Amino acid sequence: MTEDIPLRHLALNDLHLALGARLVPFAGYAMPVQYRAGVMQEHLHTRAAAGLFDVSHMGQVILWPKAGMDRLALGFEALVPVDVAGLRAGRQRYGLFTDTRGGILDDLMVANCDTHFLVVVNAACKAADLAHMRAHLSAVAEVTEVTDRALLALQGPLAEAALARLLPDVARMRFMDVTTQVWQGQEIWVSRSGYSGEDGFELSLPETHAQAFAGALLAMPEVAPAGLGARDSLRLEAGLCLYGHDIDTTTSPVEAGLGWAIQPVRRAGGARAGGFPGADRILRELADGPSRLRVGLRPEGRAPMREGTVLFHGETPVGTVTSGGFGPSVAAPIAMGYVPGALARPGTVLQGEVRSRRLPVAVSVLPFRPAAFKR
Amino acid sequence: MKYTEDHEWLRVEGDLVVVGITEHAATQLGDVVFVELPEVEAMVARGDEVVVIESVKAASDILAPVDGEIVEVNDALVDTPRLVNDDPLGAAWFFKIRVDDLSVMDDFMDEDEYEEMIA
Repeated sequence: MTEDIPLRHLALNDLHLALGARLVPFAGYAMPVQYRAGVMQEHLHTRAAAGLFDVSHMGQVILWPKAGMDRLALGFEALVPVDVAGLRAGRQRYGLFTDTRGGILDDLMVANCDTHFLVVVNAACKAADLAHMRAHLSAVAEVTEVTDRALLALQGPLAEAALARLLPDVARMRFMDVTTQVWQGQEIWVSRSGYSGEDGFELSLPETHAQAFAGALLAMPEVAPAGLGARDSLRLEAGLCLYGHDIDTTTSPVEAGLGWAIQPVRRAGGARAGGFPGADRILRELADGPSRLRVGLRPEGRAPMREGTVLFHGETPVGTVTSGGFGPSVAAPIAMGYVPGALARPGTVLQGEVRSRRLPVAVSVLPFRPAAFKR
Repeated sequence: MKYTEDHEWLRVEGDLVVVGITEHAATQLGDVVFVELPEVEAMVARGDEVVVIESVKAASDILAPVDGEIVEVNDALVDTPRLVNDDPLGAAWFFKIRVDDLSVMDDFMDEDEYEEMIA
């Protein structure tokens, strides 16, 4: 991102400033990295009650079927190793765009909204993803970027109680359900999902009504604003990948430990096995195991091991930290990175080089903190 | 109290200079979760990286403001890094450094000048 491209401001920019946000450039947007409470408190509040995140920088894309939803689903399956044809109306699923070498172009959420699919992609990949979908789906879909809607995430154990005061029907939703609700005459697209490891919701709503809606949530005692900083520490504790850091075109889904996102129907022996970019490598790695794996890492001392920290086994460099910092709920430094399969067993002690010193770090199970979804 | 452009405060205590970071710096850093202090008796030169501070978000350094010998470090910060946020001007001093000539303190800003710099 070059400096001379002006930053885009979110529709809720004024609200962020009024809440004392510190804004930082992220994927071309001026994003609130934290509010007055600070990353630690915002993180802990989200785990204890409910945090409200503005993730409007992310891409929202509608795929309108040109030749029926079934053909659209099958067309989309040619881009992702995921069961889309089997995704029922009113349900959402995690997915990945893969490339022909089996790397990851982006990770995404895809929802079957009955009359269309809604795809949510990362901000930094938005333009490339749109081009990718337009290039490959033109026969089966009209690909429309949604540009007039904010995207909010309300995350935490009290998210349901808070949101249900505005949208009572959301209490009936379960993890990965999607519905359309109406608030003050406006459609709000609700999914019961998020990226914090907590129960919660993502809410797409017209920018014109976003400030009023966010304000109504923030007026509730359970709800506090939370920024990108807390979003990052929450997802790291939850063992979730951040695109461009833990996953990218040099990592395969299997190396990244995302095999769970590849349903049996797309695997060898499945009714629609393969047929996605990089299937040869990805199916082979599913069968034989990948040469390296994303693992959790627990530094044994107090020093955080940040992204880029080189991992050693004996004197041999064996991997790199891809995300690392301090886990406020774990109350200790935590990290993720890639190591050879033979060194991926939890408890294996490696050395991470921090400021020219090699410090012990143990391979750990992911997530660092169990997820609390409402299944 | 004197101040550096790197947001350190310096307080003279006999022939020692006590070094900490300002409230402004502590606020900018955010929640401090890790502090690494220099070795006692280390000889340091002005501009050396002598302390590492890590917040939830990022790592940053404190530079030695003057040449001298580190004679004492505040071990309480190792066990309780959040002191840096709670009491940056008091309990969260980082180290004491012995200098040859205290006139070096004239190089630094007084409170008014520092307040003006961060305004």
